[in-house]
Amino acid sequence: MSPILFWIFSALMLGFGAATILNRNPVASALSLVVSFLGLAALFFGLDANFIGVIQILVYAGAVMVLFIFIIMLLDLKAEQRRQINIPALLGGVAIVVAFTAQLVTVIRSYKAGNEPFAAITPNLPDAHNIGMTLFANYNLPFQVIGVLILVASIGVVVLSQRELK
Amino acid sequence: MNFIDLLKRIPEICKTPETLPLEGKKLILDFVTWLGSLVGIAVPPWVLTLVNILVVIVAIIAVFLIMFALMSVWERKILARAQNRYGPNRVGPWGLFQPVADGIKMLTKEDIVPRNADKVVHFIAPIVMLVPALILPVLLPYGRGMVAIDLSVGILFFFAVGAGSEVAIFLAGWSSRNKYSILGAMRAIAQMISYELPLVMSAVIVALVAGTLSPTGIVEAQGGYQFGFFPNWFVFTPWGFVACVLFYFSALAESNRSPFDLPEGESELVAGHLTEYSGFKYALFFMAEYVGMFAINGLLVTLFLGGYQAPLPFLTFIPSWCWFFIKLAFLAFSLVWVRATMPRFRIDQMMQFAWKFMLPMSFAALFSAAAWHYAGRGLLGWGISAVLVAIPYFALGYFCFTRHHSADNRRYLFSE
Amino acid sequence: MSYDYLLLTIFLAIALIFPLVPLGLAWLWARTLSPAKPGHDKQATYECGLESEKPVQIQFQAHYYLYALVFLVFDVETVFLLPFAAMGFVNIPVVGFLSIMLFLLLLVESLVWAWAKGILEWK
Repeated sequence: MSPILFWIFSALMLGFGAATILNRNPVASALSLVVSFLGLAALFFGLDANFIGVIQILVYAGAVMVLFIFIIMLLDLKAEQRRQINIPALLGGVAIVVAFTAQLVTVIRSYKAGNEPFAAITPNLPDAHNIGMTLFANYNLPFQVIGVLILVASIGVVVLSQRELK
Repeated sequence: MNFIDLLKRIPEICKTPETLPLEGKKLILDFVTWLGSLVGIAVPPWVLTLVNILVVIVAIIAVFLIMFALMSVWERKILARAQNRYGPNRVGPWGLFQPVADGIKMLTKEDIVPRNADKVVHFIAPIVMLVPALILPVLLPYGRGMVAIDLSVGILFFFAVGAGSEVAIFLAGWSSRNKYSILGAMRAIAQMISYELPLVMSAVIVALVAGTLSPTGIVEAQGGYQFGFFPNWFVFTPWGFVACVLFYFSALAESNRSPFDLPEGESELVAGHLTEYSGFKYALFFMAEYVGMFAINGLLVTLFLGGYQAPLPFLTFIPSWCWFFIKLAFLAFSLVWVRATMPRFRIDQMMQFAWKFMLPMSFAALFSAAAWHYAGRGLLGWGISAVLVAIPYFALGYFCFTRHHSADNRRYLFSE
Repeated sequence: MSYDYLLLTIFLAIALIFPLVPLGLAWLWARTLSPAKPGHDKQATYECGLESEKPVQIQFQAHYYLYALVFLVFDVETVFLLPFAAMGFVNIPVVGFLSIMLFLLLLVESLVWAWAKGILEWK
């Protein structure tokens, strides 16, 4: 991927990520989140990770987004828009972000492998195929555990709904 | 190279219709090289790449827009015939120039934006709707070697981009600040997510059998003929037939067409998310809907109807790209036919149909496809897989549709 | 591969510009030949000819949310099927096939559970 495209998509992703938390209107911030996800997916495409990029769009921009929209439509939008900005909390948040970023930069600087260029990966198969192979060869049990986890999640949905509708 | 040589190549190219589009593209590239030599410079390769890309994009957009224009007349003609009328027949021969007249009308209409609407989002929504619809056709293989991009995750990319129209519909409904709009948008999203599962599942089944997610690979897997005359299309296997029907109806629901047009049901919701749109913005929605419909039916042709493969061995003299469009035209006709025939669903029927019938049937088709493969893809596998889809079909039919749902236990507390 | 991305990016750009052209033409037409004549009733929210009553923020049925949750669960499950779809039956060993079947049974089980508990009813 050319560096220009990388910077464009990164800026897009970070900018709309910031817009997600800065917007007072929940719908607008949800939609900013979609654009942010699209930028992230574009970065994945640039790394030749087609499968992950597509899944990123399919699950996050498709399914999770719809979930957000439906939650927002269940809520009272006015209350969120009226809320005042809490100045001390804002300053505290900014301080924590700055501290965290500084820490991250220091760690990455001192981490040796972080400065070395990686050897280019030349896969002979499509990446989705590789993921399937890896799931079979090394992670068969975790795969089944995920299945059980998702089953538990759907049971959770049912329990949640029964409480809500009464 | 001179211009006469280029001209001489045109009749030669026309002699072999199979490779006509590809050779035509080469001719345009050579023409650009000739133009460069005329000016006295060697055309750099990136310009040729750019011209190549532009030719592909312009061709795809032009073909789909022409199909959209023709379809808008054709649909009204067929609907008219179904209702014992003539349909549009004033503008041009057989009313063929009707879309031009419609376009001019749409361009000159006043664009009314309600004063309460979110103006920016109201403007963005039709554009967001049209972009995914226009991008989708780029992944389809139109003929032998005629595919713009052969992505290894082609089918998935199709569904991922298609998710963009959900967001666009919500934008349109929400920005209009109209009760009908937001109701229509919510209905449309609920409907689209419900039918997305059978849609993706039936495509996954085909990919499992073909062993690839790339549309070209799937079409190639359907090549050849059983017993010398019977095409190896997936629709002619029991699991494939079931998956094809599931895909067809899910595609209908995804493109919000009758009988799944509840989001725009004019008798209850005026026009759903389109209520506050007028002028060319409305036309853009209309265009996006039709182009998206062609694209998803093109995917159906690719997945189940053998893509660009000829149905019988002796028909291979007709070029492959013609077969693709013949099949697509047939599907487009069937869509109008369904629209003319079927009444609209009620919302609870529609949701139950998706979750209680289509989704379990797509699982059944997956099991059946596995049985078909592991029984050796022959007649034995055919029989076993037919039994495996027939049992769930009748069982689900018994559970879903024989119990009488009384209408009086419906509550109308909230809007739905 | 870079050719594919170039094509997709250019296509995206053209697809973004494409709808703007007729919109611009329509705007020019409106600007020069038929200026907009806004009015109180014309710009009002359409509500079958009556004045719009009550705010647009209507409370939606909780069922929309439930369907979205169930959809998310199944969507994630399909995502896990996709790598196997990319491999195809031909490349899947028998053990792998059994593990997919187990996974699918869990999927079917959650569907049956949701059905039995009445989540899939649109009330």
